[in-house]
Amino acid sequence: MTIAPTASSTPEFASSTRTATRKAFMALFLRDLAVLRKQLGQFLPRTLLQPFLLVFVFTYVFPKIGQGVGGTTGGEAQFSTMLVAGVVGLAIMFQGIQSVALPMVQEFGYTREIEDRVLAPMPVSLVAMEKVASGAFNGLFAALLVFPIAAIVPATPVHLAIDWPVLLTLTPLACFMCGALGLAFGTIFDSRTVPLLFGIVVLPLTFLGAIYYPWKSLEAIPWLQVLVLVNPLVYMCEGFRAALTNVGHMSLLVVYPVMIAFSALFTWVGIRNFKRRVLS
Amino acid sequence: MPLSDIDEVIVTNSLTKVYPGGVRAVDGLDLSVRRGEIFGLLGPNGAGKTTTAGMLTTRVIPTSGEALVGGIDVVRHPTAAKQVIGVVPQTNTLDRALSVSENLYFHGRYFGMNKSTARAETSRLLDQFRLADRADVVVDSLSGGMAQRLMVARAIMHRPAILFLDEPTAGLDPQSRIALWDILGELHVDGQTILLTTHYMEEADALCNRVAIIDHGKLLALDTPRQLKQSVGIDAMVTVTAAGDLDQLATVLGESISAATSVEAVDGHVRVWVRQLSGVLPAIIEAAERNGFAVSDLSSTEPTLETVFISLTGKELRE
Ligand SMILES: Nc1ncnc2c1ncn2[C@@H]1O[C@H](COP(=O)(O)OP(=O)(O)OP(=O)(O)O)[C@@H](O)[C@H]1O
Ligand SMILES: [Mg+2]
Repeated sequence: MTIAPTASSTPEFASSTRTATRKAFMALFLRDLAVLRKQLGQFLPRTLLQPFLLVFVFTYVFPKIGQGVGGTTGGEAQFSTMLVAGVVGLAIMFQGIQSVALPMVQEFGYTREIEDRVLAPMPVSLVAMEKVASGAFNGLFAALLVFPIAAIVPATPVHLAIDWPVLLTLTPLACFMCGALGLAFGTIFDSRTVPLLFGIVVLPLTFLGAIYYPWKSLEAIPWLQVLVLVNPLVYMCEGFRAALTNVGHMSLLVVYPVMIAFSALFTWVGIRNFKRRVLS
Repeated sequence: MPLSDIDEVIVTNSLTKVYPGGVRAVDGLDLSVRRGEIFGLLGPNGAGKTTTAGMLTTRVIPTSGEALVGGIDVVRHPTAAKQVIGVVPQTNTLDRALSVSENLYFHGRYFGMNKSTARAETSRLLDQFRLADRADVVVDSLSGGMAQRLMVARAIMHRPAILFLDEPTAGLDPQSRIALWDILGELHVDGQTILLTTHYMEEADALCNRVAIIDHGKLLALDTPRQLKQSVGIDAMVTVTAAGDLDQLATVLGESISAATSVEAVDGHVRVWVRQLSGVLPAIIEAAERNGFAVSDLSSTEPTLETVFISLTGKELRE
């Protein structure tokens, strides 16, 4: 990403602070990569296990034991194809939570170790943006790891139909949106309230996020079909459905603008809260 | 103006912070810290020390007034200001996801060092701060003294013009405290400008070239520890050990030592507080012996900054 000169820069300091800011931003990103590498032993199971179980139970175990899923509209093969997009979307969203929100809650904890990073020579808002960038990177990494699982594990064939232009634009947007979501959640919740994050936020987001069924199929329950529109995961999963498969999906003319709007909202809320919490 | 030409490296003008809720934590503070000095902000809990340090280090936004570090306005140019300061906060802000050496390495990178410089500086500092054998452990396993040394090492790594330390020895055992004083003394010899806050008056006394005494966010006095102590009219406390009737000795000394402001006999000694120490010790021996007392020991101690604080506020600085 490019780094805009801050409003506070004047010609006197502008060039030296701009260089310092760029270097500090890169170094913070390298720090996050180093942490990712050190914690790969945790990252892999926590990233892979959930999608693996999801795919394994729904698209391997169920067909084998003769239990039907996917409703009356589609067969089993169609279900495993439909699930690919949801699994990828879910993996990206979980990175927003796991690699941005949860560490941030810790860094804001009682010793406030975040203050160390806030003292890096860069605007505070960019310290927050770096977290979004690193969350987006983790999301991308997770998506690449998870995609093969969703495509290979199912007992029934998965019919992929990749729309490259959509995939190559939607993936970065989805990763950014989830990084920003992590920033917003990480600054809204604190160490006392963070258990609620899973209990009352992440759980409904995932169960009502068009992961296990296309949004269109909710036509059968009109009030629910409208209600889930507040869930950013819906647009992401529908978008991946368009990018990866021929399964029917929400119009991309809706998906892109809404995802951009959610990204902007989460970024704005996240940076505002971040500043409030580190500056007094 | 280049930083090296600025002699007053910290300047505050009517610096004020009113927290939401109305607490006037810092109230019209005027300070100026000179290049190369160790400057102490001394005050009791809640005096506004952390808030002052917070404003000077860009983390607390002043309500009014002005603060310059290295000639840079910290409110208008926080990024530029952050480049010239090093900070050891009151709490342990080491990066728990990283090892000891990585804490230093990445700090160097945040401040623009390339890979090899950051590596070299890391190993140099690990040696200098006697942390080399802990280089690869997680920071949670460090003792309080080691963690504090690492925080100081990290804060000076990018060679800041000004080093801020907020209560650097609070919670350290006596050995670690002395070790940290030694480190700060060495940095001072190397020309490092240091601003530290403390509520230990011995610390301010032992370390600082000049001390600002603050309470309720207001500056009560600012001078060298020596001048501050002289300002309360006492230069030293002399303890006289002698055989015989000490009450009588106290009376004798009170009459014959003109510089004495008060004399009392306690715990087998006579204590004489004097305005001016010069010439007093021989005079005490002479007066005692003239009156038939054999002085077996004589020692003088300067009054503490505690005395100064009490005389300024009427209350004690609590440890
Ligand atoms: N973030 C904040 N919001 C509201 N009030 C605050 C905040 N931080 C400090 N205060 C108040 O401001 C006053 C000064 O606090 P400060 O932390 O600056 O004192 P201090 O001299 O550092 O004390 P200590 O020796 O306990 O560290 C106190 O009354 C404190 O309660
Ligand atoms: Mg404090």
